[in-house]
Amino acid sequence: MATQTNNRPLSPHLQIYRPQITSVLSILHRMTGVALAVGLLLLTYWLSAAAYGPEAFSRAQDFLGSWVGLLLLFTWTYCLFYHLCNGIRHLFWDAGWGLELQAIRASGIVVVAASLALTAALWISAFALEGTM
Amino acid sequence: MEMRSPLARVRGLGSAKEGVEHWWVQRITSIALVPLVIWFIFSVPTLIGTDHAAFRIWISHHGNLVLMVLLVSTLFHHAQLGMQVVIEDYVHGKGTKVASILLVKLIAILCAVSSLIALLHVAFST
Repeated sequence: MATQTNNRPLSPHLQIYRPQITSVLSILHRMTGVALAVGLLLLTYWLSAAAYGPEAFSRAQDFLGSWVGLLLLFTWTYCLFYHLCNGIRHLFWDAGWGLELQAIRASGIVVVAASLALTAALWISAFALEGTM
Repeated sequence: MEMRSPLARVRGLGSAKEGVEHWWVQRITSIALVPLVIWFIFSVPTLIGTDHAAFRIWISHHGNLVLMVLLVSTLFHHAQLGMQVVIEDYVHGKGTKVASILLVKLIAILCAVSSLIALLHVAFST
């Protein structure tokens, strides 16, 4: 009985286990998901402020346009793009595609690159449009 | 001894009576969120720094209102399902676990209803 227990597989000990692209991207998916969920409070505030009228809405818009607001929005959009891209990766896995180790590493790099590029593109276009609208 | 087949269990006949539903709804909402989130991101630049009147005109467009209502409801549903899994994995006390899951679900419902009513309120006000 004792030998049987000893032979059973163990989860990796996270404190001494070398981080790999698979494990790091996996926990990032969770962390960005939690951050996005917390960010929904900000979405609720913004939409509810609109219902309270022009003064409340312009206060909300001013807050979002302040450096604190912009920092929150920037973090939130990166989390959004990462969770979106990696979520699509997860959906492909659920369909049984791309589960070989090499494909997992390649798609991981694609997800990180795509999320960074999309965040940059969104913010560059947002600042470019700001003057015109 | 377990007398039921694995198929009977995943069909939702187990003691929790939900089978694979939680996992499945999480996938369905995530598939729905892909186009909704992409649409929202493309709409955001038109909303930066806008005033109340411009926001009201934007949300009064039937298509924008429909997509915002779908986005907000799907977003909150997906978020609370995900938060539930995170809590189930990391909170170990039985009482704290149930209490935090309930709290997350109540906050999600409160925020979702507040956001949805706000959208309708602004869209239908004259």
